[in-house]
Amino acid sequence: MQQLIFAIATMAAGVLGCAAYFFGTNWILDKLFPSKGLTGPVASRNLRITNAIRPWLFLGPALLSLTIYLIYPVIASVWLSLHDRAGENFVGLNNFIWMFNDGEFRQSIYNNFLWLLVVPAAATFFGLIIAALTDRIWWGNIAKTLIFMPMAISFVGASVIWKFIYDYRAEGTAQIGLLNAVVVYFGGTPEAWVTLPFWNNFFLMVILIWIQTGFAMVILSAALRGIPEETIEAAVIDGANGLQIFFKIMIPQMWGTIAVVWTTITILVLKVFDIVLAMTNGQWQSQVLANLMFDWMFRGGGDFGRGAAIAVIIMVLVIPIMIWNIRNAAKEMEGH
Amino acid sequence: MIASSRSPLIWVVHLSVILLVTLWTLPTAGLLISSLRDKDQLAVSGWWTALSTSSQNMTGRAASPETQIERDGKFVIAGNLLEGSDAKVSAFGFRPLQPTAFEVGAVADIGDGQTLTVKDDGSYEIVSPTRMEGTRGQRIFYTAAVPPRFTFDNYREVMRAAGIGASFINSLTVAIPATVIPILVAAFAAYALAWMKFPGRAILIAVVVGLLVVPLQMSLIPLLKLYNGVGAFFGVPAKTYVGIWLAHMGFGLPLAIYLLRNYMAGLPREIMESARVDGASDFDIFIKIILPLSFPALASFSIFQFLWTWNDLLVAMVFLGTGNDELVLTGRLVNLLGSRGGNWEILTASAFITIIVPLIVFFTLQRYLVRGLLAGSVKGG
Repeated sequence: MQQLIFAIATMAAGVLGCAAYFFGTNWILDKLFPSKGLTGPVASRNLRITNAIRPWLFLGPALLSLTIYLIYPVIASVWLSLHDRAGENFVGLNNFIWMFNDGEFRQSIYNNFLWLLVVPAAATFFGLIIAALTDRIWWGNIAKTLIFMPMAISFVGASVIWKFIYDYRAEGTAQIGLLNAVVVYFGGTPEAWVTLPFWNNFFLMVILIWIQTGFAMVILSAALRGIPEETIEAAVIDGANGLQIFFKIMIPQMWGTIAVVWTTITILVLKVFDIVLAMTNGQWQSQVLANLMFDWMFRGGGDFGRGAAIAVIIMVLVIPIMIWNIRNAAKEMEGH
Repeated sequence: MIASSRSPLIWVVHLSVILLVTLWTLPTAGLLISSLRDKDQLAVSGWWTALSTSSQNMTGRAASPETQIERDGKFVIAGNLLEGSDAKVSAFGFRPLQPTAFEVGAVADIGDGQTLTVKDDGSYEIVSPTRMEGTRGQRIFYTAAVPPRFTFDNYREVMRAAGIGASFINSLTVAIPATVIPILVAAFAAYALAWMKFPGRAILIAVVVGLLVVPLQMSLIPLLKLYNGVGAFFGVPAKTYVGIWLAHMGFGLPLAIYLLRNYMAGLPREIMESARVDGASDFDIFIKIILPLSFPALASFSIFQFLWTWNDLLVAMVFLGTGNDELVLTGRLVNLLGSRGGNWEILTASAFITIIVPLIVFFTLQRYLVRGLLAGSVKGG
């Protein structure tokens, strides 16, 4: 309880501190270069100066924080990836050479590509189907809320939920995991699903698909509603059936949004860590890059060089999407 | 859409959506139901059987021979195996390998001329021609049909013993300031990027968009080194709440600035121009006009940031540590998965406690969450 009071007090202090900074610096700026009530060249000079300085006062704390927590670490990670485990001696590309010869790393890369192939595609597919279907029924919004709900659940919480579904009891005893119960009901033999190499990747992916479908659905549902009615009416008049309208009229108009959903989930997949840690911790050949990186951060006291090298690989995989996003944003700004 | 609502295929649509909704909600429903079940029932039967009577193999012990009474020249120990429960015994036995050797009401010969009888209500009787020795009661194995039982015992257990209660406070301590503090910082920056003119603005916006996707993994090691260095330099612990709040703020800022900038840039230019004509400075315009108007975007971001900080595992494990006192709920849950992996009554109840707060936030503020998602991504397309 005491620490909660401490938290709230710090929160108040933080907010007041921020407010004090913004009010204070602006007040000082206006005092140093007054323009109100003045006329002539002095006033316009002061106005020019305050207008040049004020944006940086507004941006100051944010830029400082972004620099310390994101920009500096990116550069430092690249630097560390070229150094030994303590970050002291330069080792050139040794970490990367070690990495590509390491079986566990190759396994992780392979698994990550599986995840990249399956999860964004499946989540977008289900999201699109559900968005299209729920648009046509009166209780569509309730259905959407329920499918959207897993978004709010932490990856760890979701892992527990699904671990319970995959739970395995020896053959012949009552299965308390839903999946094995269904398998047994249809005459199959129960399996410890998360320990099956290769296939366990897919059982873990299901968790992320379960969470992300809601996200895809919400975005795609808005895009579906944004399709001009006339294009659909015209197709109806031309005698197109429901499926044709969906695939030939609606989907082509939504490519942009589908791409956004796809890339957003792709980035999430590259960073997936909690699910693998909670379900298998990389055992049974289910390792992925983010978990491997975390592992090396602390394994044997921590190998910062190798950890940073793995992080750099994740970053490199993200860069194409980053460039694509920046170009899109720039294009949009021009239209502003 | 107009054409299809009259089509007979509408029933197919209804059915498919019901199927999909069931698929998506069953996992969570199973967790909730399981967490409320009696732990002995949870361990032996699926949660979908929660409402039906379950058959359980159980072990009990008769009262000690010290309680025997003499009746009609025989010595009798009597009692009830199912004290206080409304289960029904269907079979019993006295050897572990033959737990169901006898029907209820049957008389089992347990040696030395002693007999054991168990009735279906759980009452038993051991009759012996001679006085019985010892202090330990006879073990009795039995199969009982137990009616469904729901209880909050699992929750009581995890709040007390499993440390979930303490972790709940830790999670709140992390999430609340980490949500509130970035808002003001982001709002000022977003206003500057949306409405103020200065050299380098376009580049800064591009930087923010780029930082949106920088993987957290890139930041971990350098920041861990930085924190350790700062801690050692000032002689303070490296893993503190202040450290994790600032880290969450740094990681949340790109999205905050991006969302708020997009929203503010969409506000009508006339409002600002007329205020400027009246002599208001950028600071006045921001505080008195833009900030109140931006409430929906601020709400969207707060929800994102709260869900993200509450659900986060990685940042908490690296910057707050994995000691017993510092574990947040997600970290605690991962630990329990390792240490109590088979105790589903502990895991389900703990998991439900960790997801209940985000679920409440989700169901009450869903509108803002959806709006934020749309502002954050549809724009890019």
